[in-house]
Amino acid sequence: MTTDALLAITVVWGFVFIYAVMATMDFGAGFWSMVYINKERTNATNIANRYLSPTWEVTNVFIVAIVVALFSFFPGATFILGTVLLIPGSIILLLLAIRSGFLVFSHYSKSGYGKLLTYVSGISGFIIPAILLLVLPITHGGFIEVIDGAHQLQLDKLFTSPNAYAFSGFAVTSTLFLSSLLLSDYSNVANEPEAYKVYRRDALIVGPLSLVMGFLIMLTLRNEANWIYTNMMEYLPFLIGSVAMFLIAGGALFLPSQKDKRKLGRPRLAVVAVVAQYLLASYAYGRAHLPYMLYPDVTIQDGFTHPNTFHAVFITYIVGFLILFPGFFYFWRLFMKDKRYLDQKES
Amino acid sequence: MDDLVLARSLFGTTMGFHIIFASLGVGLPLMILIAELLFQKTKDPDYAVMAKRWTKGQAVLLGVAIPTGTIAGVQLALLWPGFMEVIGRVMALPFQIEIYAFFVEALFMSIYVYAADRISPRMRIVSVSLVLIGAAASAILITNVHAFEGTPAGFRIENGEIVDVDPWAAFFNPSFIVTAGHVVVSAFMTGAFVIASIAAYKMLRNMKNERLYKFHRKALMMGLIVGGIFSFLTALNGHESAQMLHEYQPEKLAAAEGLFETQRYAPLAVGGFTDRETQEVKWGIEIPWALSFLADNSFKTEVIGLNDFPEEYWPPLFVHTLFNAMVGIGSLLILLSMIGFFWYKILKRPHFPKWLLVLFVPSGILSMLAIEFGWIFACTGRQPWVIYRLLKTEDVVTASGQIGTLFILFTLVYVILGLAVILVLVYYFKRNPVEKELDKPGDGVSVY
Ligand code: HDD
Ligand code: HEM
Ligand code: HEM
Repeated sequence: MTTDALLAITVVWGFVFIYAVMATMDFGAGFWSMVYINKERTNATNIANRYLSPTWEVTNVFIVAIVVALFSFFPGATFILGTVLLIPGSIILLLLAIRSGFLVFSHYSKSGYGKLLTYVSGISGFIIPAILLLVLPITHGGFIEVIDGAHQLQLDKLFTSPNAYAFSGFAVTSTLFLSSLLLSDYSNVANEPEAYKVYRRDALIVGPLSLVMGFLIMLTLRNEANWIYTNMMEYLPFLIGSVAMFLIAGGALFLPSQKDKRKLGRPRLAVVAVVAQYLLASYAYGRAHLPYMLYPDVTIQDGFTHPNTFHAVFITYIVGFLILFPGFFYFWRLFMKDKRYLDQKES
Repeated sequence: MDDLVLARSLFGTTMGFHIIFASLGVGLPLMILIAELLFQKTKDPDYAVMAKRWTKGQAVLLGVAIPTGTIAGVQLALLWPGFMEVIGRVMALPFQIEIYAFFVEALFMSIYVYAADRISPRMRIVSVSLVLIGAAASAILITNVHAFEGTPAGFRIENGEIVDVDPWAAFFNPSFIVTAGHVVVSAFMTGAFVIASIAAYKMLRNMKNERLYKFHRKALMMGLIVGGIFSFLTALNGHESAQMLHEYQPEKLAAAEGLFETQRYAPLAVGGFTDRETQEVKWGIEIPWALSFLADNSFKTEVIGLNDFPEEYWPPLFVHTLFNAMVGIGSLLILLSMIGFFWYKILKRPHFPKWLLVLFVPSGILSMLAIEFGWIFACTGRQPWVIYRLLKTEDVVTASGQIGTLFILFTLVYVILGLAVILVLVYYFKRNPVEKELDKPGDGVSVY
């Protein structure tokens, strides 16, 4: 592995991680805004929408960023990846189109139709993570056969694989977990005690489920893609740290609140701990995956782009980041910190 | 049908659908910015109302623009993996920079829509300007990839290997500036005429209501003036695009004009249909010498005809019709906007005759059609090449099959989204008519 290729895959991994966190919050918020649509008293739907409205567009750009980073850094992998992912990728795109479209439409429609639109976007958004995460087991090998010189995905194998189901289950539960945690923090900042109670409770229910799913992934991985399982075990301290972070997050929800000693929970601390939990786990996973992009056919080295292109693109990353950073900061201040936005009684 | 034809149909449908919303995503922010600026200058609250309502419309359109664009981006890699392999090695820069443009657009669009009441008028204008810059930049950058397909630069292929890669030379390929310019000015023109269309329609419906009539007349004049300026620029720049073809893709120009024999003093064929058998344009009008002049500003210029190329390299001949339709619409809209301007600003007649308003109504749709025709002409006219003279479309298509089913599914989703977006817009603006927003007490800023 050259340092260039390593640098490039780190960038891709970074985008994947940011997208994973932002997308779980995004899809989860859409789901919760659907679930609580008839409980107007708690304001839970309003809180979810207040988070979702300004952020979904920004979140979406990260998918595009991942795809662009993949084919510009690893064009040699594009051919096989593109061929193999045609069907699952297209399903994701179709759901994404329905989800984003109806999400926006629902904000501009009156109650009756608006609700129907919210249901369509909530449900389609809920399925997307389950299919999106199937991409990971596909890259572990075992689901691809070469027929007439072309790589073909064996969908029947994929749909009978316990490992694939474990990944999907993990995707769904952690989407719900992360988003309910974030929304509990958001409603806490927004002074919505009813909504806070609802989301804190949800986080306490789905949190342990997501951890179980995580263990199921490891268990099934051992049988189905032993190479990555053994590699991951070399990063055991990270995995243990990840579980520890999960426990810290859980504990934080039972600490007395800083604002009001009679209330329970420090959601901000819990959110930070859970993000650290995912960071540690996905670092271990990412390291274990190297040097393969697609086991055993494509490594990051043989898919790597032309060095001149890599250098030019990398420079634009630095320049782009410097230009964008103030924009992100301003955005964050307006929507995540400004009390006038968070604490509005009608949305 | 084979997979190649299906993949081409699927990708063409995706792009044809995306471009509607993408062009409005470039054109409407310009109109919103102008309305904001006019409001700050004249303090006439009507302009604030316009900016607000157009922003609402644009925010709904984004719900389709963004997912279809995402589809386009991912589909490029899914359907044409061989093409993206080359692009990844040589022409990754525009895609990469486009991501930053998307971020600028997305961040400031949200700020403009959801924080407008909390930021100062100056910050509002800065925000719309950044939305406009982001949207125009994404159009310029993605068009650059298309330009590169027609005039590739910055690499060589030696024994099947890509060598001598110079990503910036690829970025500044010969047709970049002209092509990107054409796309941006035509998008500005389209946004303006769409506004003019709606305004003209509303004026027809409100002939008796002086207040509403005046409001929509302001929007109409804005649309006609901006549309007129940019349709003129589109035509000027289109002329340069044609000269670019003359230099770099002569068989495309020959197909666009239905010219078979290479000649000096070549005639320009307007209208009609190209006939492959008899090698002539049937039912067309010939303007002697004009094509030579268009191609290189001199009647003596030799224009190469299709017969100088092997027939397998000929683009499909129906592009002649598409090209004519695009140019025809462009010329018609220049004329229309000049008539409107003359009537209102020179003759100073406050009321437009009905027939004139009726003529203005279809201008937005016509402009959008010109964009569709132009793209189908440009992409289909490149066939059989995906990268001109270097890479054939049939060699880059995916080998995974099942494309027919996907074609049906994607088309279905586009139909659903297309219908839904129209219904949402119609009902939203029905429930919130302009009447409710006009003449509200207050300084006008609080309309947000
Ligand atoms: C409102 C839309 C519109 C209008 C009125 C025009 N065009 Fe156009 N044209 C486009 C919208 C467009 C486009 C959709 O934006 C295209 C497709 C690809 C491109 O680069 O721009 C295009 C392509 C395009 C091309 C092909 C470029 C290529 O193949 O790479 C040429 C030669 C012209 N145009 C020339 C003209 C001329 C001489 C016009 C005279 C009025 C004209 N266009 C009006
Ligand atoms: C947005 C407006 C566009 C429309 C309506 C459009 C239309 C089409 C159509 C109809 C085809 C099929 C061509 C055929 O096989 O006959 C096609 C193919 C293609 N277009 Fe475009 N296109 C657009 C923009 C672009 C842009 C901006 C790019 C570059 C990034 C591009 C790249 C391609 C590629 C790679 C193909 C497939 C290979 C090929 O057929 O050459 N298109 N497009
Ligand atoms: C020349 C034709 C095209 C133009 C003028 C154009 C322009 C735009 C604009 C202005 C937007 C932003 C939409 C908005 O916010 O209003 C957009 C979105 C998008 N376009 Fe296109 N586009 C074109 C073709 C393409 C092609 C060929 C691709 C694929 C490679 C593509 C990929 C995207 C993506 C991924 C998005 C969504 C970005 C996001 O997630 O925010 N576009 N396009």
